[in-house]
Amino acid sequence: MRFVDEFREPELITKTADEIRRLADPQRHYRFMEVCGGHTHSIYRFGLKDVLPANIELVHGPGCPVCVLPMGRIDDGLSIAEQPNVIFAAFGDMMRVPGTHGSPLEHKARGMDVRIVYSPSDALKLARNNPDKQVLFFAIGFETTAPSTALTLIRAKAEGIRNFTVFCNHVTIIPAIRAILDSPDMRIDAFIGPGHVSTVIGCRPYGWIAANERKPIVVAGFEPLDILQSIVMLLRQMQENENKVENQYKRVVPWEGNRGALKAMAEVFELRPYFEWRGLGFISQSALRIKDAYAEWDAERRFSVPGIRVTDPKAAQCGEVLKGVLKPAQCKLFGNECTPEHPIGALMVSSEGSCAAYYNYEHRKAAQLTQLTGVSC
Amino acid sequence: MAHGAGGKASRRLIDGLFAPILFGSAPAPLGDAAHINVNGTCVALTTDSFVVRPLRFPGGSIGELAVNGTVNDLAVSGARAQALVVSYVLEAGLPTEILEGEVRAMATAAKAAGVVIAGGDTKVVEHGKADQMYITTSGIGHLIPGLSISPAAVRCGDKILLSGPIGDHGITILLARGELDLEADLRSDTRSVLPLVEALADAVGAGVHWMRDPTRGGVATSLNELAHDCGLGIRLAEERVPIRDEVRGACELLGLDPLHIANEGQFLAVVAAERAEAALAALRAVPGGRDAALIGEVSEQPAGSVLVTTLYGGSRIVDMLVGDPLPRIC
Repeated sequence: MRFVDEFREPELITKTADEIRRLADPQRHYRFMEVCGGHTHSIYRFGLKDVLPANIELVHGPGCPVCVLPMGRIDDGLSIAEQPNVIFAAFGDMMRVPGTHGSPLEHKARGMDVRIVYSPSDALKLARNNPDKQVLFFAIGFETTAPSTALTLIRAKAEGIRNFTVFCNHVTIIPAIRAILDSPDMRIDAFIGPGHVSTVIGCRPYGWIAANERKPIVVAGFEPLDILQSIVMLLRQMQENENKVENQYKRVVPWEGNRGALKAMAEVFELRPYFEWRGLGFISQSALRIKDAYAEWDAERRFSVPGIRVTDPKAAQCGEVLKGVLKPAQCKLFGNECTPEHPIGALMVSSEGSCAAYYNYEHRKAAQLTQLTGVSC
Repeated sequence: MAHGAGGKASRRLIDGLFAPILFGSAPAPLGDAAHINVNGTCVALTTDSFVVRPLRFPGGSIGELAVNGTVNDLAVSGARAQALVVSYVLEAGLPTEILEGEVRAMATAAKAAGVVIAGGDTKVVEHGKADQMYITTSGIGHLIPGLSISPAAVRCGDKILLSGPIGDHGITILLARGELDLEADLRSDTRSVLPLVEALADAVGAGVHWMRDPTRGGVATSLNELAHDCGLGIRLAEERVPIRDEVRGACELLGLDPLHIANEGQFLAVVAAERAEAALAALRAVPGGRDAALIGEVSEQPAGSVLVTTLYGGSRIVDMLVGDPLPRIC
């Protein structure tokens, strides 16, 4: 398969891994944060930790939109959908995320009209096809998905579709990175920058990480070779004592971003003064809300929203895991009370969440391979 | 809902509720069919309910699934289906032509599989109390001579064979629902696997230690069940698992693991290492078996789990599916 297989070529991967081993100083320990949940998923799925030397530690960042969404927002969205004649539409990612009284999927099993959509425009299509129903699109995502929500709202307004609203949970990546860098227990040497988000915002917004925080950052793609190559680029910068923003994912990410997408976002959205992030708390100017000109399509203004706040169980250490202070398995609940089937913390819900990825792909392997004695049977 | 999706929750429902109450004790390893002694003759008996939306999809329909599914459950338990009985639950208002179409599809599939449909039952429920139609088929078959399969027969070093490309059925259904704006030239793989199973039995007989058709929950779930039942580890070589580009592409786009996607016309076999090449050659010689592949082996570790390895030395644990596979977008 083109554009995929080239980046999974075993020979190139082995070569790049050798290069990493050559560049990494055996005397030091490296902590690189992959900001994006897509990277976390790839790292586990392709078993990249097996390929890397032991002194390169990958720390999983906050870039999983499902994981950072507070439970109260899910409760709010579902409470709107509990009103008669409402269709609740969301990405598949959202379907298993637990609210206080169950996930959207569990609400569906109890009779709520819940639909999985592939894009916001599919939700708008639902509204067109069901004129006697209200379609609520539960929007989540960073700058990756925000432009398509914006374009859908522009279209809904242009076509005058009144039975469509968006419950907006879009967040922005830069304030989250800043929150992590401001955290007193932060011990990150460099960043693997998010690929999809950068397709929209470009590479410029990361300039301050290199210039002010003096940390290298390399925007990377999602294939095994992309991730390994970005680690080579980070190690080279560190060897040369440089702190730069570099773009490994040039085949997709333009340095200046996507102007059309940014324009659509600017037309529809404005920054919220503050927004709550699960595990990180309130972060100022870190999320988007719908502008007054589109108020009619804003579910938070069309419906009465209870504004539920749910505190995470005290024992769950999602925040520490999200900031890279703890490894998933170091959380007290990991694998016991909190599993992908019964997630307590949000990081266990999405397959991009570091806990779920670690649980699915890694922790039993770690537990069992340590017992390997080399005895063959 | 997850309790019916074939993965972990289904397993828990069986182990935690059905087995203790219905069988009185912890069950023997769960096979695809029960083997029952009737007056000194051992027969295999199985049943399966079919619920699918849409009823018709590229490559098949619910009627064909209902016949092939039960024929296959018998086949992978080492039995040749002799007769099926069928039970329909129909939603009031279902157009007659849809019902007739499915009955004809069943007749055609039964003929192709060499099985008789010997009887049946019909119930109609109020409009809205069922989704168009559900079909249950139960099948009885006699054991294929020379085969003796059970997780207990599986040994370290045994090879794992797969009859053909995975994921065709599950991805076809996902796309046929029309909820995703994706199109691909794909067809469900629904078919009877009996000719392939018989070829395998002829070629290596007792060298076959275990078989399973990886339907809901996919190859990953079936192999996890095996790992759990035999207490050994399964190691899969990712690059050896046959999969069409269309299925891979759809899985890449939707963030799904092809190893979790349902199949309706494939089966997995664990074969003694020294008979593996003969088994593979036998499968490949049968029409529809050309893409059969040796995809991995049984090992001591990781006990009870499935480990997938890549050509460049990475590896990951692949668990059973939890619930239905859901597309990942954001």
